[in-house]
Amino acid sequence: MAEGQFRSGIAGARLPLERYTDNFADLHPALDQHEALVEADRCYFCYDAPCMQACPTEIDIPMFIRQIATGNPLGSARTIFDQNILGGMCARVCPTETLCEEVCVREIAEGKPVQIGRLQRYATDVAMRQDKQFYQRAAPTGRRIAVVGAGPAGLACAHRLAMHGHEVTILDAREKPGGLNEYGIAAYKTPGGFAQEEVDYITGIGGIAIENGKALGRDFTLADLTGRYDAVFLGMGLAGVNGLATEGEELSGVDNAVDFIAVLRQAEDLSQLPIGRRVVVIGGGMTAIDAAIQARLLGAEEVTICYRRGKEHMNASEWEQDLAASKGVVIRHWVRPLRIVEQGGKVAGVELEYTTLRDGRLAGTGESLWIDADQVFKAIGQSFDPLPLNGGGSSLELENGRIRVDAEGRTSSAMVWAGGDCTGSGEDLTVTAVAQGRDAAESIHRALTANGRA
Amino acid sequence: MADITSNFVGIKSPNPFWLASAPPTDKEYNVVRAFREGWGGVVWKTLGEDPPVVNVNGPRYGAIWGADRRVLGFNNIELITDRELQTNLREIKKVKKEWPDRAMVVSLMVPCEEENWKSILKLVEETDADGIELNFGCPHGMSERGMGSAVGQVPEYIEMVARWCKQNTRMPVIVKLTPNITDIRYPARAARRGGADAVSLINTINSITGVDLDNFAPQPTVDGKGTHGGYCGPAVKPIAMNMVAEIARDPETRGMPISGIGGITTWRDAAEFMALGAGNVQVCTAAMVYGFKIVREMIDGLSDWMDEKGHRTLDDVVARAVPNVTDWQYLNLNYIAKARIDQDLCIKCGRCHIACEDTSHQAITSMVDGVRHFEVIDAECVGCNLCVNVCPVENCITLEPLAVGELDKRTGRTVSPEYANWTTHPNNPAARIAAE
Repeated sequence: MAEGQFRSGIAGARLPLERYTDNFADLHPALDQHEALVEADRCYFCYDAPCMQACPTEIDIPMFIRQIATGNPLGSARTIFDQNILGGMCARVCPTETLCEEVCVREIAEGKPVQIGRLQRYATDVAMRQDKQFYQRAAPTGRRIAVVGAGPAGLACAHRLAMHGHEVTILDAREKPGGLNEYGIAAYKTPGGFAQEEVDYITGIGGIAIENGKALGRDFTLADLTGRYDAVFLGMGLAGVNGLATEGEELSGVDNAVDFIAVLRQAEDLSQLPIGRRVVVIGGGMTAIDAAIQARLLGAEEVTICYRRGKEHMNASEWEQDLAASKGVVIRHWVRPLRIVEQGGKVAGVELEYTTLRDGRLAGTGESLWIDADQVFKAIGQSFDPLPLNGGGSSLELENGRIRVDAEGRTSSAMVWAGGDCTGSGEDLTVTAVAQGRDAAESIHRALTANGRA
Repeated sequence: MADITSNFVGIKSPNPFWLASAPPTDKEYNVVRAFREGWGGVVWKTLGEDPPVVNVNGPRYGAIWGADRRVLGFNNIELITDRELQTNLREIKKVKKEWPDRAMVVSLMVPCEEENWKSILKLVEETDADGIELNFGCPHGMSERGMGSAVGQVPEYIEMVARWCKQNTRMPVIVKLTPNITDIRYPARAARRGGADAVSLINTINSITGVDLDNFAPQPTVDGKGTHGGYCGPAVKPIAMNMVAEIARDPETRGMPISGIGGITTWRDAAEFMALGAGNVQVCTAAMVYGFKIVREMIDGLSDWMDEKGHRTLDDVVARAVPNVTDWQYLNLNYIAKARIDQDLCIKCGRCHIACEDTSHQAITSMVDGVRHFEVIDAECVGCNLCVNVCPVENCITLEPLAVGELDKRTGRTVSPEYANWTTHPNNPAARIAAE
């Protein structure tokens, strides 16, 4: 029987041991001091800088880069953390190519933006390595706030609330805090346990208690929280995964991409993690890309992303698509799954249909296509599951299937705020969640204290 | 092909690029390496009387850098040669014999007595060197012993020593000037009065390159202390060029040969010095940073540029810019220019706007019809050139003169065809007195 990469079915140990370390090493290694100085020198210190406007957390990017250039990385980190306490993670996972770096005037001038993300990582790494805490808590207000979800939105909200002197309790359904930072992001973007280090750094300010294994709707209700706390912030993300509604979806070997990534992120030994020899990923977003690339890195021989529309419609950025291609992932556009076929109780392949746009609507051409597969990952999006929230009586209004909030993050219910992916206003980006959590904290603070005065 | 052979005060060299008196010309080994790479000549590192001086045992140099550690400015606290006089003389003679087509000039510094100069001149003549350069510039160490810039800062001493040398040698005498004075024309005039054949400038500028903020010591730091060193390299080029031009256009020194020194790194730097009146150039820092090979770029670059422009010999270039160097009071006040931003080249960094808005004349927009847009407001623009200088894109912002008869929206007046300068301006009190 063929071993390693050529073993059929879903199996681990496809690669020599040392390859796993290389494959899952840092995607963008940290800049050393000289590299950071040279890169920082490229920044033009623009007036009303476009990068700053493109950043959802509005970090003063020209200023933090200038602080690096002048040999003040701690000051630089403070400039970043002032706006975004998860600046370390955002430096690693932000799709900078569609945010700050896309509008960098150097991108316009020479197609080579200042590497803002890597510079941000340089500065935040310096501060976090020293465990430099820049913020002190204000005098205790005596107010207690519950935060649901220890992901980017919840952590950003908690930190800002703690800074203002409030007591925060974060309730999180998973075993570890961090949310998607811990369970959802590609391993090579945040290696080495960084998500937990960042949680520790953030909670280092004090006044933040995290209770893990506490799920909304199972262990407590929203009414419990509104009864026991002065305010509630909901940042629990998206629990639901969209189904394919395709024949064969229930077969063994058909999995949610988010579950695969979560297992991978928690795996003690990646070489033991089973992966198909031939993998098909259905979807066109970041999750599809992350699942596909990591399937290849685990040793899958063939990985194909199947997306029902064109390259330009994919939610994954072009840069991410190129990254996938560079790792040997094949991206097929204009195909949609018809059925997943089994043989001997195992997935054998996917039958797809070519698609096209007819009168602006997606339609099948009637022509089909077969791709061999031992494993299929579904990555066609996640959805908000309102049952745990609204099953307990009080009801929050939804919008487009997610919690409706106003510009400050206020929900339809008094003293309940929300932010991050569980709200309708987000772009499902870490950095957007951070901005919403932070802004909701300011709103909560204003509401609990007469215009910010305790 | 352009002829770049050089004849400087009778000293011939295959090109106008000499290595300045400095560490690269301290001994036979280095000088031979330089000649192999193509340097036209050297000024041998300054000889003094025995016993030789001693140098500090580290560090001797300091620098300032750009972000990528490119050396922008350099300084040193090294003294004149610390080798015995006879060793240097023997090597000078040998190298000149083996490389007869290259210029061999010997830099000298001895105490300010005629006998001292007389005796060393005799020894140098025996080497068959082509000329001597009097080191009146060295700003550290030697000046504290009454030599170097201690002489160069007193025009009477310059004149006196130059005269002694002219009276006691057949060799051409070049006087090297220190920039650490208030008006470079005075020492240059003194050199001419003393009969010197030429001046060379600039020597290095008194400087401290940095301060170690951990122990509050100036750099370069020798055992916790520092002293001023001589500053050189690209950073000093503008200062040096002005001094060269001042001497070139001074009625008392006009026409006196000048050997240009100060941050020359490329052929273009050399061409600029020569246009301002330098008959040849001397290089040190660039060689110390990049090695001797840079001379090949200088030779090719100068020759290619001359070919392109139709200059046949160095005489077609030397001093060509001197007539265009004038005093501020003679600049045409009726010349009106406005900044123009090429919108196709603009990358919208906004630096022109914020520079003008914060520090100058509020003459550049940042937003037009709700869109980020940078455009010059002619009614405010004084043509100061700040935006041109801060723009990171070459040729994106240019200063364009208004044509005669065009309306200057700032003053509401049309551009006059007349040349009019400060000397006749109604606001000039001196002009009023003259008119009355």
